[in-house]
Amino acid sequence: MPLLSLSKTINNYNMKLKYFKQSLFNQFLLSNLTVVLVALICYMSVNLIGYHSVALLLLATVSVLSIFFSIYPVLSAAAMSALIWDFFFIPPHFTLHVTNSEDALLLLMYFVIALTSGILTSKVRELEKLEFQKEERSLTLKLYKTLFDSISHELRTPIATIVGASDNLLQKEVKISEEDKLELVDEISVAAFRLNRLVDNLLNMQRVESGMLEIKPDWCEVNELINSPINRLKNELATHKVEINIQNDFPIIRIDFGLIEQSLFNLLHNETNYTQPDSTISINAEYDGKNLVITISDDGKGFNEDELKLLFTKFYRITSNKTGGTGLGLSIVKGFVEAHGGTVQVENNIPHGAKFTLIIPVEILLLQDYMDFSNIAVKMNAQYETLTEAYRPKQVKTLKDSQETEAVE
Amino acid sequence: MTVLIIDDEVQIRKLLEITLNNNDYHTLEASTAKEGFSTAVVHPPDLIILDLGLPDDDGQNVLRKLREWYLGAIIILSVRSTEEDIIKALDNGANDYLTKPFRTGELLARIRTALRQTQNTTTVQKLEFDNLVIDLTTRNVTVDNELIKLTATEYSLLTLLAKNDGKVLTHQYILKNIWGPGYTQQSQYLRVFVGQLRKKIEPNPNNPKFILTESGIGYRFCTKIEE
Repeated sequence: MPLLSLSKTINNYNMKLKYFKQSLFNQFLLSNLTVVLVALICYMSVNLIGYHSVALLLLATVSVLSIFFSIYPVLSAAAMSALIWDFFFIPPHFTLHVTNSEDALLLLMYFVIALTSGILTSKVRELEKLEFQKEERSLTLKLYKTLFDSISHELRTPIATIVGASDNLLQKEVKISEEDKLELVDEISVAAFRLNRLVDNLLNMQRVESGMLEIKPDWCEVNELINSPINRLKNELATHKVEINIQNDFPIIRIDFGLIEQSLFNLLHNETNYTQPDSTISINAEYDGKNLVITISDDGKGFNEDELKLLFTKFYRITSNKTGGTGLGLSIVKGFVEAHGGTVQVENNIPHGAKFTLIIPVEILLLQDYMDFSNIAVKMNAQYETLTEAYRPKQVKTLKDSQETEAVE
Repeated sequence: MTVLIIDDEVQIRKLLEITLNNNDYHTLEASTAKEGFSTAVVHPPDLIILDLGLPDDDGQNVLRKLREWYLGAIIILSVRSTEEDIIKALDNGANDYLTKPFRTGELLARIRTALRQTQNTTTVQKLEFDNLVIDLTTRNVTVDNELIKLTATEYSLLTLLAKNDGKVLTHQYILKNIWGPGYTQQSQYLRVFVGQLRKKIEPNPNNPKFILTESGIGYRFCTKIEE
């Protein structure tokens, strides 16, 4: 799948760009320190190599620096090295004064070469950087194009249905039978809900992609979590056999109900699209001591190797699908489950079919704990009620008395 | 019965007008908050359908201002569907909410419930829902004429929900009413008790018909709306 590699390539580029991004202050410090260090080594061995070679060594240092750092730190290192060479190495030592005309020419040349090499390398690097950015932009554009192609197709199909059906209903010349009318209206309704689902998916995808997805965990019952999406898909699931198997006395768990419910909805909605009517869909839920483990499996055709690998990739749609789809549903599931620190896996079922497994780490409240609480609460409640019971008649009486007194007055 | 529709979308107003008129409600319309206020003052309606996204004022603000004097039913009809928005609207005095797109059947059912709640002030001694009967005087609860044993907390929870039949009650509201103001964040207590209560009164606790969950918001007591 090219899109998968696309996003990977983008990540690689980002990594490379980061490598160039050192803070400017650090760059100044490191480049000048390197020059000083090299100069120090040269100073100790100047008798051996002669001060002209020192110039070449320093020049080499500056050139190497220009590979790693940006232009200003390199230029400063170049200037620094020239001054050091002049001050410490060109006789007379410890002055900037140059007596020999040959040395003066050498110093000038040194300056020119150090500066040009610094500028040249940084220019090359600027170009490289631009190239990276350009490539990155075109990758992003490609991604957007795929997104818009897929979405506009997904939008236009139901819109076309609505326009066509309502045109039919509005025409005056042809008489449509009541039965056909109802069917057309039904088509409009189905198309509208398909559009709504698409908008929901887009909004959810945006939540995942923005990186701003915040989970709001709250206590909930696993029964409700499993049954809610099944109820929402009641009509679509009517032709399938649904088996639900939830571990007995399931503890109360703490998750973001909305996100996980939507994930299960997306998975089940896919099941209704990709399996034959009359196939069996099994939903299992258990607590493994640390995670909520939900599996949704069917006895359909399952997936081939490539599909299994790419199923959770954004925009990926298996080739054999009959109905439309943006290829967003499963990547939303992945995003929502991962936001909980969980994982989602897919494998082929035995003997055939597909099996999705959600593993979500959860906080739980054990049955025993809340039964204890329940007993205390009930006791307290009873005490409270006996107390109020004991006081109630008295209060009523006082009230009555005072009313009566008032009436008498 | 008069219903005031405050919504800036012409199409939605038209749809509501047709739907409501066909169900024997008289309708009034307003496209801005300002217009809505003046209409509500001049012709006080029995129920207001309010959109939260009005051009001239924030919907929650409109709701608060209306509730300063208006005692009739208010139903929120909005595309804003985050749980925070809904809870805020209910706290600000809305009787109910529906998010767009909505089913007209559902809307009509909610309207009937809201009107019944605001108009029915007579005290009842017995609440009956299909096979479930709650006798408020004897504190007896029966399912299919069989007495059900409830703890005091379960009974309070059941009656609180049943007395507000059809209305969504937020978690915080229920916790505050039954456990007290200190417990409004302890939603796990509520989950436990609702679970226990369902096991005792629901024919199928996994697919409840009396105590319905409004995910992230609260619970609604009702016999399921026919579709």
